Amino acid sequence: MAKKRMKFTFPPKLITEPVIYNLGHRFKIVTNIRRAEVSESRGWVVLEMEGDSAEIERGIAWVTTMGVRADPIEGDVVAG
Amino acid sequence: MEKATAIMSYAKALQCRECHREYPLNPIHFCEFCFGPLEVVYDYAALAQSISRQSIQRGPLSMWRYRDLLPVSREEVVDMNAGFTPLIKAHNLGKLLGLENLYLKNDCVNPTYSFKDRVVSVAATKALEFGFDTLACASTGNLAGAVSAHAARAGLRAYVFIPADLERGKMVGSAIYGATLVAVKGTYDEVNRLCAEIGDKYPWAFVNINVRPYYAEGSKTLGYEVAEQLGWRAPDHAVVPVASGSLFTKIWKGLKELSSLGLIGPVSTHMHVTQAAGSAPIATAHAEGTMMVKPVRAQTIAKSLAIGNPADGYYALKTLKESRGAAAAVSDDEVVAGMKLLAETEGIFAETAGGVTIAGLKRLVAAGAIKSGELTVAFITGSGLKTQEAVESVVNPLVIPPTLAAFQEAIGKPAGPARAR
Repeated sequence: MAKKRMKFTFPPKLITEPVIYNLGHRFKIVTNIRRAEVSESRGWVVLEMEGDSAEIERGIAWVTTMGVRADPIEGDVVAG
Repeated sequence: MEKATAIMSYAKALQCRECHREYPLNPIHFCEFCFGPLEVVYDYAALAQSISRQSIQRGPLSMWRYRDLLPVSREEVVDMNAGFTPLIKAHNLGKLLGLENLYLKNDCVNPTYSFKDRVVSVAATKALEFGFDTLACASTGNLAGAVSAHAARAGLRAYVFIPADLERGKMVGSAIYGATLVAVKGTYDEVNRLCAEIGDKYPWAFVNINVRPYYAEGSKTLGYEVAEQLGWRAPDHAVVPVASGSLFTKIWKGLKELSSLGLIGPVSTHMHVTQAAGSAPIATAHAEGTMMVKPVRAQTIAKSLAIGNPADGYYALKTLKESRGAAAAVSDDEVVAGMKLLAETEGIFAETAGGVTIAGLKRLVAAGAIKSGELTVAFITGSGLKTQEAVESVVNPLVIPPTLAAFQEAIGKPAGPARAR
């Protein structure tokens, strides 16, 4: 089993969608939200995902196709 | 094997910037509870008892004169003489911009030609302290050079992860020091994700991942130096090129620390953010009046600032607010014009990030955020030799045959009488 810490950033059109609920139902991933902030125009969620690492990758690919931006919690680590 | 001597450090813990939980000083970078970033906190009461302007002035002419304010407890630091770079009064540029009190902090003259030597000097020292044998980073230029050089100096192995399409010249600037370059084929986001994962899995000191809380502290020295070089005072304005937001927040932290220790008076510096418009998530959030940074796909010639998802974006916005600073986002054309202006007026050839600073400064003056007599420091963080391609158009030589007549014709005037010796 693998664990991954990610930050999801939501565009306005997805703010009202149960994306994380669906992520947990479509894939064998346990999600655990640690921090979040949501306004009417945008939102982000910092969460941990636990599951098979290939399943986590599939889950990340799926949320990305939905329009969510998925980043490591460290932000961009490729520095200048 | 060399036996390292431990000395007293005033760093007392790592603290979560969000929930304020404290952790021991280990190679960790996020809070187990809320996943917030960790920051070094110090025993300021004890520091205040021992530190003085004199004790700092007795130190070496490098960033390590401020070692009491850095989180190291090893006597032998990895020191390549980074820091204590010139702070010069910019008479010509100041006149042109209508600023009587403009100074430039020239960090081009560090050992690997950028301010990254400051942060990596601390990171490499911590790597030895923690017993790591490998120093690593993911970089497109400045950080790669600084990590590779400091690893060589410290006797550490170096792994440097780069996007596969990075320019050859930038690879040379890292490989020459004996670092192992790993060229990652993938999108920028994929490279980021992979490096975060590698940083998590390997027993290495990954400078901007697991030792990031320590690494970032190195940037405070820019704030300390500016205050000391101004005669122990904080400037009225600091104009800073911003990527992850770390340097920006640490300059502010440095100034405030000096003040709380009684080494300078109250700090009323306005901290100004300058970004390239193609990678300006912090300036954009500021303009929109929100504290929520929206990640962007960075696209700018200022590659050393091309961070679309800044780790310290929120904290940079907090600093902007607290210091009543302003933000400017400048186009790539303005970046090039800024580089030329700085070189032509003050003789400093800065990289594209320096062009962002100067172009941003120009905008801030035009917007009335900075007034003529106010003491202003613009931070020039890296050398132009690394990003020559951005200003190749300046090369336009007079091509002549080897005759005096041809030369005179080319410059459009005959020679005057020869001077006597």
